[in-house]
Amino acid sequence: MSAKLEDANTIPQTAKSNSGTSGKKIKGVNYNKWGYFFILPFFLVYIIFQLIPLVSTFRYSFYEHYISQGLLSEEVIHRFVGIENYKTVFTDKETWRTLGNTMIMWLMGFVPQIIISLLFASWFTDLRLRLKATGLFKTVIYMPNLIMASAFSMLFFALFSPNGPVNDILIHAGIIKESFRFFSHAGATRGLVALMNFLMWFGNTTILLMAAIMGIDPSLYESAQIDGASSGQIFRSITLPLIRPILVYVVITSMIGGLQMFDVPQILTDGTGSPYGTTKTMVMNLNEHLYSKNYGMAGTISVLLFVLSAILSIAVFLITIRPDTSEVKKKKSKSK
Amino acid sequence: MKRKDDSGAGLTIHRVICYLVLIFFTLLALFPFYVLIVNATRAHADIQKGFSAFFGGSVVSNFKAVLRDDAHPLVRAMLNSFIIAASSSALTVYFSAFTAYGINTYKDFKFRKFANGFILLIMMVPTQVSALGFIDLMAQFGLTNTFWPLIIPSIAAPAVYYFMLSYMESSLPMEIVEAARIDGANEFKTFNTIIIPMLKPALAVQAIFAFVQSWNNYFIPQLIIDSKNNKTLPILIAELRSADFTKFNMGQLYMSIAFAIVPVVIVYLILSKQIVRGVTLGGVKG
Repeated sequence: MSAKLEDANTIPQTAKSNSGTSGKKIKGVNYNKWGYFFILPFFLVYIIFQLIPLVSTFRYSFYEHYISQGLLSEEVIHRFVGIENYKTVFTDKETWRTLGNTMIMWLMGFVPQIIISLLFASWFTDLRLRLKATGLFKTVIYMPNLIMASAFSMLFFALFSPNGPVNDILIHAGIIKESFRFFSHAGATRGLVALMNFLMWFGNTTILLMAAIMGIDPSLYESAQIDGASSGQIFRSITLPLIRPILVYVVITSMIGGLQMFDVPQILTDGTGSPYGTTKTMVMNLNEHLYSKNYGMAGTISVLLFVLSAILSIAVFLITIRPDTSEVKKKKSKSK
Repeated sequence: MKRKDDSGAGLTIHRVICYLVLIFFTLLALFPFYVLIVNATRAHADIQKGFSAFFGGSVVSNFKAVLRDDAHPLVRAMLNSFIIAASSSALTVYFSAFTAYGINTYKDFKFRKFANGFILLIMMVPTQVSALGFIDLMAQFGLTNTFWPLIIPSIAAPAVYYFMLSYMESSLPMEIVEAARIDGANEFKTFNTIIIPMLKPALAVQAIFAFVQSWNNYFIPQLIIDSKNNKTLPILIAELRSADFTKFNMGQLYMSIAFAIVPVVIVYLILSKQIVRGVTLGGVKG
């Protein structure tokens, strides 16, 4: 495949020198300039709506902003303060606490999510298991992903409230004697946030991983089965290495999603991060500063979020992408 | 040699375990929605008395209570959300495929390597980190309280680009592009008439993900939109959380949540086969 593509590019390259004089005669017209045309919209939009705002966010983190009340008008004053905002953010307990909360709640949801999704994806695609009604299961487990996070949070708030259905069921079942105040316990509230994140994303992840597994050449599985490999062996030696790119994609996007965690805890706790700020995430903290127009602090927290996501992503890349051996394996198996 | 997996009994036990686990998680995923539907049909007084597994008879009165509540114009908000999500989704899939096609097809232009590396790099940048500059810039453009800041940025979707590029690398034969060139088609036309139809399975799945992402989006819209009539559904639902629950009609509350959830579930149930088939097709091709 890749060799073919290389052939395709060498033609325009050699034709480039004489394309001015005899472009029509040789079929190798230089198509490469079309590349600019195709990547232009993306970059134009990205620069205007993301890159410029990103740069100005960074700039804000070095400024102090306050409103000066004049006799006739208000004026917003921007004053360069160097790294003062950073000193404030780094010594603020709130910064570290919201970072901790975010990581804890993400892990509580993501670890079960990736395990269950891998398990389900391998079951659904297992040629030997031949599970029935997989379409139905997939349909149902993906459904929570379509549910708007704010509506889902509102629903959980109603379900787990002191006189809500869950407490009612637990009391009737004799599991608890009086209603349990889920939203007064840090562990319970964090657990609910994690549960919701898990429910919303495990179906989506299962489908993505399934698509990846089904993209693997079926003959690899057939020959492995003929050789007498067990389901576990097939999963470890064929499936896992070959779906690694999609797995990387899943981990990275989930991690970025985790750092961005906002909707669920925000609405579940009405923006307070209760009890005692144990469910307040970094973005909830950022949101507070944006609302109070505390742009210096908001900018600094944004920079911190940026740096964190960069570090985490690089770490995941280094851990998951080892020198690629899958290509070699493929060639070997073919030569056999 | 591998008795455990090949013998019928071992396989049956394996299967039973699979089904039990699957059924458990299916019920877990369904439970909140079941309670939602039941309680949306029950009157406030009944809900206060305790949980019931059976439907009540107050669908119409709860429905009317939602429509009558002028402080929370839900129908309007649904329409707003739909306009934004549908436009964003279309822009995201079209332009992600567009960009990926440019990188995948033209192997030798000046910024190709840089462009690809750059997009993969920015895939890791959460939108929240530029939110401050974004709302500031939108205010300068006079776009605060409009839908444009929620739609146009969808053109640049690095994660979808990455997915489309992987898909093209694995399952888009260059021979087709070359054949179109021999037929004298221009590259833009080739992309629209030949490549896009070939990408349909991958596009459909990504369109659903993009739609959901925009539909669910709460953080940026709540910073951009502040007039009552332009509010999106998540903003309005979030506002219900601040209501006084000692006075609020719980039947209406559940019905409002159902407004946000049920239409999507219905559309999903109709399209789910296409979604699943789309995923399957995309996989088999690669």
